[in-house]
Formats: sequence, C-alpha cells, structure tokens
Amino acid sequence: MSGTVHSRGSIRRRLMVQLLLGAAVLAIALFFIVQSLARQLAEESQDHILAAAASAILDAASVRQGELQLDLPYSAFSMLGNLSNDRVFYAIHFDDTFVTGYDDLPLALESNNFGPRFVTRLFRSEEVRIITAERRLASAGKPVTVEVALAQTRDGQRDQLNWISQTAATLGAGFFVSVAVLAFLAARSSISPLLRLTESVGRRGPQDLRPVAAPVPSEMAPLVAALNRFMDRLKTSLSRSEEFIADAAHRVRTPLATVRTQAEITYRRVEKEENRTSIREMIRAIDESSRAAGQMLDHAMVTLRTDHLEQAVVDLNTLSAEMVDRLRPMAELRDIDLVLNVLNKVATVGDAILIQGALRNILDNAIKYSSTDSTITLSVSQNAGWAQLKTNDQGIGFPENGVEALKNRYARGANVEGVVGSGLGLTIADEVARAHGGSLNIANNTEGPGACVTLSFPLC
Amino acid sequence: MRHLILSLVLILYPFTSGAFEIEEQVLFGPENSARMIRVISTGDVRVFEPMITGFLAENTDVAVDYTVVSSSELMKAISQEEASFDVAISSAMDLQTKLANDGFTAPYSSQATEALPEWARWRQDLFAFTQEPATIVLSKEAFAGLPLPQTRQDLISILRQHPDKFRGKIGTYDLRQSGLGYLFATQDSRTSEVYWRLTEVMGALDAQLYCCSSDMINDVSTGKLAVAYNVLGNYALSRADTDRFIVLLPSDFTTVMMRTVLIPRNAQNKELAEPFVDYLLQVAWNNAGQPSKQLYNSIMTLAQKEDSLRRIRLGPGLLIFLDTYKKRSFLTAWENAILQE
Ligand SMILES: Nc1ncnc2c1ncn2[C@@H]1O[C@H](COP(=O)(O)OP(=O)(O)O)[C@@H](O)[C@H]1O
Repeated sequence: MSGTVHSRGSIRRRLMVQLLLGAAVLAIALFFIVQSLARQLAEESQDHILAAAASAILDAASVRQGELQLDLPYSAFSMLGNLSNDRVFYAIHFDDTFVTGYDDLPLALESNNFGPRFVTRLFRSEEVRIITAERRLASAGKPVTVEVALAQTRDGQRDQLNWISQTAATLGAGFFVSVAVLAFLAARSSISPLLRLTESVGRRGPQDLRPVAAPVPSEMAPLVAALNRFMDRLKTSLSRSEEFIADAAHRVRTPLATVRTQAEITYRRVEKEENRTSIREMIRAIDESSRAAGQMLDHAMVTLRTDHLEQAVVDLNTLSAEMVDRLRPMAELRDIDLVLNVLNKVATVGDAILIQGALRNILDNAIKYSSTDSTITLSVSQNAGWAQLKTNDQGIGFPENGVEALKNRYARGANVEGVVGSGLGLTIADEVARAHGGSLNIANNTEGPGACVTLSFPLC
Repeated sequence: MRHLILSLVLILYPFTSGAFEIEEQVLFGPENSARMIRVISTGDVRVFEPMITGFLAENTDVAVDYTVVSSSELMKAISQEEASFDVAISSAMDLQTKLANDGFTAPYSSQATEALPEWARWRQDLFAFTQEPATIVLSKEAFAGLPLPQTRQDLISILRQHPDKFRGKIGTYDLRQSGLGYLFATQDSRTSEVYWRLTEVMGALDAQLYCCSSDMINDVSTGKLAVAYNVLGNYALSRADTDRFIVLLPSDFTTVMMRTVLIPRNAQNKELAEPFVDYLLQVAWNNAGQPSKQLYNSIMTLAQKEDSLRRIRLGPGLLIFLDTYKKRSFLTAWENAILQE
C-alpha cells in the first residue's frame, strides 16, 4: 500500500533560499560599503594632497614693496603628479586680482576665512577637484590676501575606484559563493537526520513495528515519539486481530473434528451408494475447512510468535523425521511414496513449532499437487553455510511466470484450479524462514517434472 | 627613396598662415594625395627623413607634410591658433607637457605606447622617443696639457685656476632666448646647487651666450670657444669634425632631455596620425627599453651612465618653470650670475 503524500515546499529548499537571499543582500551591502569607503578615502587623499600643495604655494608667497613675490615650489606640482597622471591647473590672485596661472580657473566663491574650500566641477570639459586657499599678508601697513586655486583632474582617483570596485565585486562574489556552499552543506546536514529516519523506517520489513531507538535531534523527538506510539498501537491491534483469528480458527477446528468423526461413523453405517458419495463429499469438505482453519491458525501463530522469536536449538533431522512420519499416512492414501533423505546432521536456532508449520505446509503442497503413484523426497543437508530442507515432488510444478508472487498472502497459482487451497501455505513458510534469518526458495526441478521447494536456515 | 621627396621648399612666409612662423616645409610622398598627415615639428628635416620615408614605404598612398617651427611657435600654433596638425613633435618637454595638461591633445593608446617605460610617457597624451643628454663640449686644443674635468666641480676648479685662458671663451645658452637652454638650466638648478656656482664662475669669466647648440659647437670647433656648457650631445657627435672637441657627460649628473610626440586635439586625420606615431615609436624603441640610435644618430651609450642620468620627468612639475613669476625670478637670478657687469 503506497498512499499518495501531499508535499508542499521543501525544508532544504526553503533553508537554501533564505540563506542565499541573506548572503546576496550581505554581499551587495559589502560591495557598496567597500566602494563608498574607498571613494571617501580616495577623495580625502586627493584633498589632502591638494591642501598640502596649496599651502606649499602660499608659503612661498611674500610681499615686497607692495609687489607679490612668488617662488612657486617645484614640489607643489610634482607631488600632484607623483601618485597619478592627473592634469593640474592653478590660479593665483593677489588682492582680488588675477596674477598668474590659468585665468579661467574660478576661485571658490564664499570665503570662510579659515581653512581651504573644496569643490568638484567641470573645468575645460573635464571634472576637476578644486581647492581654494588663502593667506593674509601685510603690505605698507594694510592687509592683503593671496588666494590660490589649485585643481586636479580625477583620472587617478577614477582608476583607483575602478580597481577597488572590481576588488569589492570579486570579494562580494566570493563571499556569496562561499556562503552558498555553506548554505548547501548546512541544509543538507540539517535535513540528514530526517533522511536517516526515513531510510531506517523504509528499510523495515512489513512486520517490523519496533520503536525507533536510534537517537534523533531534539526537534524531531516529538515526531519520533508520536511515530513510536503509533506503531505500538498498530502492533497491539495487529496482534489482537491475529489472536482473534487464531481463536476463531481454533474454535472452528474442534467442532469440525467432531463432525468429521460423526460423518465417518455415519459413512460406515450407510449402505446406499448415493448416500455414501454425498457423505464422502461431506468429509472432504470438512477436511478442507479444517485445513484452512489450520493454516489460518498457523499464519496467525507465525505473526504472533515471530515477534518474540524463541531462541532454542532445533534439531532439523529429528524434526523432519517426525514430520515425514506424521504425513506419511496422508501420502499413502494417494499412493505417494514420501522419502526422507538425510545427507547431514543439521540444526538451527529458533522456534521448532514454527519450523514444523513451515515444513508441514510445504510437504502438504507437494502431496496435494502430485499425481498418485509418485515419489516425494525431503532432503536434509548442509549447503554453503545453510541448513537446507529440500522437498522434490513429481507433480504439476509451478507455473512459468510469477513464482515469487505465490509467496504473497492468498496468492494461488493459475495451474491449480481443480485443487482446493487457501493460498496461505507458501506465505507461512516464507515468513517463518525470514523470521529465522533464512529464506524460502521455490522453483521447478531441473530434471523431470515437479516442484522443488527449499527452506534454508542459518546453521548453529 | 629619393623619388618620394617630391618637393623641398624652403619658404618663410609669416604672413600667409597666421602668426606662427614657419622655418621650413617639406612634402613627402605623392602629390595631391587625399590622405595627408600634417606634421609640425621642431626637428630638422634631415633627422626625420629616413623615418618618414620608411613610413611612406609601408603606406604608399599617404603623403606627409612636414613643417619645421621653433618650439615656442609650435606651442603657439597648437594652443593659440589651433592650427590643424595631425602630429606634433617637439624637444620642448615643458611646452609639450603644458599642451597635454591644458587639454590640447587627443589621448591615444596602442601596443606601441603601452610598451614605453613609465618615464617615457605622460598620460595617454605624450610619448618620448629620444634621450638626449646635455653635455659639456671641450675644445681639444684649449685643454691640451690640462686634466680633463669629469664633473662640474672639476670644471669650476679648472676655470678658476686658469681665468685668463678661459676668459671670453666659455659658451652657454642664453636662457632668455632658448627654451631648451632654460629647460636644462632649471633642471640643473633643481638637481644641484653646483649649477649656480658654475654659472657665477662662467659669468665672472665673461661667458658668451648662444641661441643654439650648433652655433656653440661651431665656435668650439673653430677655437673661438674652449668650453660649451649644456650642449646637445647628439648634435655634437653627429658632426664630421668630432676630432676637434671632446663631448663630456658630466659624471656628477647628466640632464637628459627627451623629444616627445603628441596628437593635437584638433587633428583632422587621427586615423593616419595614430599609425604614424606607432611607427615613430617602433623605430625609436626598436631594442627593448632603450631608444634606438637611428634617430639623432646617438653613438653615446647611455646605459653605461645610468647612475648619473637625470631624465627630465614628464608631468605637471614642468609647468612650474613656465609660470611667469617663477620664470621671471629664475631669469633674474640667472642674469645676476651670468651678466656680472
Ligand atoms: N509442490 C507444488 N507443486 C506445484 N505448485 C505448487 C506447489 N506448492 C505450491 N504450488 C503453487 O503455489 C500456490 C500457492 O501455494 P500455497 O501458498 O501453499 O497455497 P494453496 O496450496 O493453498 O493454493 C499454489 O496455488 C500452487 O499454484
């Protein structure tokens, strides 16, 4: 039974998306922060150099007899040209009149009387940073002002910014990629206990309803606790229903036995042929019913007993011999020779009653599906580390296809329409074998007609 | 190769093409070619002819109009009159730098320009293609029997010891006339104080002032001068009469000027100017890192003197000495030293 599960979203995907979105936002923020810091720094450093150059120029100015003396220092300009290949413009005003430099270079308008003023604007169709600084001097008892405007293009700054932007972009991308990898790993590792639980539950056999014992993360504990409680309830209700079936089968079987005995007695008394025939029919039907009831009982037993499998040493040779003795009368009714062939002495650990049930059902089938006057051989042997009980008959054999499906509950072959049966025999044998850690193998004889059914148990 | 030179005209026509003064104009390549590169240059035709014919051999449908002007006229042509030239070649590093700084150039970048060493390029505007040291040229005759000076200090001592011998026989640039002389002098003064001492010594010995290297060398050759200070070594060594004088690279420091090429902003044939510049740079820098001897035929191996070389640095620093105030005060100081009347 595989019910459809409605799934919406994925924890892993949601986790990844959230982490990646966060990382992207952080990476972009990082990029812009680095860039704006860099721009600020670059602007500041350009301003510092301009200020140093301007004050060097002003320091070189003096007044002699009302005339401006100006010995422009070489260093003022070379320092502007040292760090970058920027173009430089200057204008010097003395007493509010232009004296030297570039007469079209404007001074910053408002004077604040202290400190240099900076402005960024277009000059000769290129963006320049202009500093305007002034110095007060005295000439003939009255104050005069020397003002210098010094401008520098911003190519160097632009190059530097481009470089930093590129670095910042690489940094951001690298940050994003590493977070993406981490996010992937984190999502995977946080989802992995869930996957482990799924796998361990999925791997279980159909009868395995033990509680989950492996430790799980605390977030999953309620889920697992609920699952365990659920499985416990399921197990209880399963065993209750098996108990009910066993009880029912048992209650049916006992009165059936009585009815059969009575029918046999009546059969012997009755003389009329037609009455005898119908009583024979009756006995046969009673046999079928009691066998079916027996099988149901067997099956319920298997379910119940495999839960807490008994761990006793089972002598398979003795067990086989007893079973063959028990069934031989039934075989002889159909003139079938039941032969026990002991090749090795073998034993296994487990529940003898269950193993008996398995073997009885297999031999029962062999007798049922064999024609009269044939031989059934049960071989007990040791083979490749397994104890094997192999039953060969000379009957109709298994159908060609879908042999494995015959192990399912109530599954019957297509070739056995005339023969009565419940479809439980192979199921019981299979479940018993698996409960003991062994297996049931069904096939046809390689030589000649007939089936070959092998029960394997681990050796002890 | 000769046939490529179709006309060689020596014209002086200051009135026809505006205010800048042309010294010589030559057309190379096919006449009436639709593809013409206009080159304005301070370099002699003779020096550039092999390079230009080489270029034309690879570009047969192109003509080159080569105009020779002085460096200040070149500056004027490009910056004030905005005459349309495609390539400008000049030895005045300061003026070329100013053109580039003031935005009169078109930036250009190619494999050839990127291959230049750091010091041979400014931005993507200015490209150096020669290295020309400022040398001291000594007359062999005058120095017969005297120890040869190796440094400026040596020279000062010798001049002081023999004032009579050298009086009136020392030549140097007249900085008021010669841009190159001014460039060399300002760079010398930046490098060492010894420049001023030497200038004073020369002034005391009644130094003769010249406009150009060639005149100075001529006078050394004829014996009119015993010492010529800050002469272009390449000029001196490319002469036929090198046996008459000694070309000295001062070992305290040797100022090195570089000729530079640029593409003016209003060049009309940039697509022709660019391969021309590439070609010029390739010819000049054909062996890794050192300009070739093909141009200016330098037989001086500068590499051996690497320690004492002071290459003039391209960049805004050069603008300082072009400033009117700076220039005025520098020239005043120089005049005081050299014209000790
Ligand atoms: N010895 C056998 N020979 C031929 N067919 C067999 C044999 N044993 C079992 N089968 C086939 O396997 C089917 C399932 O067997 P089983 O589970 O014992 O149910 P049932 O015998 O009651 O039908 C049978 O219906 C039959 O087709």
